[in-house]
Amino acid sequence: MAGKTLFEKIWDKHVVTKVEGGPSVLYIDRHFVHEVTSPQAFAGLRDRGIQVRRPEKTVATADHNIPTLGQDQPIRDELSRFQVNKLAQNCEEFGVDLYGLNHKWNGIVHVIGPELGITRPGMTIVCGDSHTSTHGAFGSIAFGIGTSEVEMVMATQTLLQNKPRTMRINIEGDLQNGVVSKDIVLYIISQIGTGGATGYFVEFAGSAIRSLSMEARMTICNMSIEMGARGGMIAPDETTFEYVKGREFAPKGAEWEKALTEWRQLPSDEDAVFDKELNYKAADIEPMITYGTNPGMGIGISQSIPKLEDIEKSTQATFKKSMQYMDFQPGDAMIGKKVDYVFVGSCTNGRIEDLRAFASFIKGKKKADNVTAWIVPGSHQVEAQAEEEGIRQILEEAGFEMRQPGCSACLAMNDDKIPEGNYAVSTSNRNFEGRQGPGARTMLASPLTAAAAAITGKITDPRDFL
Amino acid sequence: MPIDKFVKLESTCVPLPIENVDTDQIIPARFLKATTREGFGDNLFADWRYDKSGNPKKDFVLNDTTYSGKVLVAGQNFGSGSSREHAAWAIVGYGFKAVVSSFFADIFKNNSLNNGLLPVQVSKEFLEELFQAIEKDPQAKVEIDLDNQKITLLPTGKSESFDINPYKKKCLLNGFDDIDYLLNINDEIEAWEKAHD
Repeated sequence: MAGKTLFEKIWDKHVVTKVEGGPSVLYIDRHFVHEVTSPQAFAGLRDRGIQVRRPEKTVATADHNIPTLGQDQPIRDELSRFQVNKLAQNCEEFGVDLYGLNHKWNGIVHVIGPELGITRPGMTIVCGDSHTSTHGAFGSIAFGIGTSEVEMVMATQTLLQNKPRTMRINIEGDLQNGVVSKDIVLYIISQIGTGGATGYFVEFAGSAIRSLSMEARMTICNMSIEMGARGGMIAPDETTFEYVKGREFAPKGAEWEKALTEWRQLPSDEDAVFDKELNYKAADIEPMITYGTNPGMGIGISQSIPKLEDIEKSTQATFKKSMQYMDFQPGDAMIGKKVDYVFVGSCTNGRIEDLRAFASFIKGKKKADNVTAWIVPGSHQVEAQAEEEGIRQILEEAGFEMRQPGCSACLAMNDDKIPEGNYAVSTSNRNFEGRQGPGARTMLASPLTAAAAAITGKITDPRDFL
Repeated sequence: MPIDKFVKLESTCVPLPIENVDTDQIIPARFLKATTREGFGDNLFADWRYDKSGNPKKDFVLNDTTYSGKVLVAGQNFGSGSSREHAAWAIVGYGFKAVVSSFFADIFKNNSLNNGLLPVQVSKEFLEELFQAIEKDPQAKVEIDLDNQKITLLPTGKSESFDINPYKKKCLLNGFDDIDYLLNINDEIEAWEKAHD
């Protein structure tokens, strides 16, 4: 019998039972909750007259709908304030721990889980947010769910799930200078498209992945949903253990040793078989930038937007609509295109390493006058660390503003909206029409490419500065 | 709590021949501040449907009285992006009972099924035929028969079968809900917890 994949080992261990001819009942180790996708689920529990089954396996934060300025003041937007307050009331009523606004552990749900050591290898983790796949970087099964499923997990600590197929994407070799993990994942999505991994759970592997830090790995797993995958994961190794060790909720002492022994068994067996495998060379990857209105419409920064005749016939209408929205011409070069806004932050690139990379790039330079830049840390802990390391000072000296933590302009639920028709280079995860505000035009890129654009005021190859 | 049953549906269609329609288009994030499930239908496809002042855009299909019905027919990879169930609530709230496409994003598919909205996945060829038939005659109807897992383009009689998980099919046919099912197997969950905690 063939060996097991990382995914299968964790999945099999968590199956409570299987519905005949149907899905499995999967036990959930950790449930993250936020203000936007939970109120209807709590209301459902109330209607049924039931409790949160395991509140100690549930943790909540407010992140999507909060301002990034003046967090000590009441939220001005009435609906946002109501929703954030509702979360607090619900958590109080149902006994769920809440790291709400101004709590020292508050931040974007996919930033705080890992930094608090709540996210650990071998777990099943869900949240009513598609970027829950981020936590897979620790070698866990983590995926986004809808609100009915949020209620399901609250009520039963289990989820009815069909077992997805498995895919392994191998990236071998060394990355070029100036190429970072964001570029790897944008490259993969540009190759397979936004539906390329639909129905699959993806394991990212290969020497280029193994050499990445935990935060860089999180960026890759974070965007696995953008290739359609149910989730993404990376085998836990010494880098993983080193990151988890000593964090607030990480196991300690004998418990830690026991956990380590278990975690070391998790990586896919050598003879494990995946339903699909894809192979790429790290050396082929350039700094990436998107030109269209989905994350699959990305190219190496030195390349040009495809010509209409290079696009598959059935997709041409969609491509034209996208070009019209962006006001780009097929065949245009990306280098030199004007940039009005730069956003650094989100669950994709709002961690300390991202701020460090951005700050070291812009240190001693000046922000271009035509650019408005928002640098938004992913959590209060990231903010505090940036302060401590002198990053805030470097940013301010170069003319940048560091805001307070939250999801911010990634989805523009709060006031951080890119104005209509403006071009933004964003380190976030989605360039959909209107994602960063009605009529906003988003180009996704790494923190380095964002830094190069912020300094020059136009799309610039970050390698020119290295 | 029971969901709406889905057995058989005969209806005209609303065509949306665009690929990769993401959940940010179905319901933009700024409308996610509500704390109930109701009212999202008014903002379905808001940025395609209304101009800045909130007036209907004439060229968008939902504002075109030529087309109506309970079936939305959309280009491939429908529902990609965010996990927001609000997308399914908006489609159901508007009055659709089924979405036909050649490919659906995973989370959207689950969310739809949990709200009595049937995602019908057909071949690219069948989808193209559907678009052409609707363009030719906006009154062209389809019949969706869940029990027999069959969709038929009535003017031509051309039909195709579609897949659905047998458990989910049973839920939709009977209006059963997943949470009731899971609450009923509480003993098994408890036993699992005892063995693993």
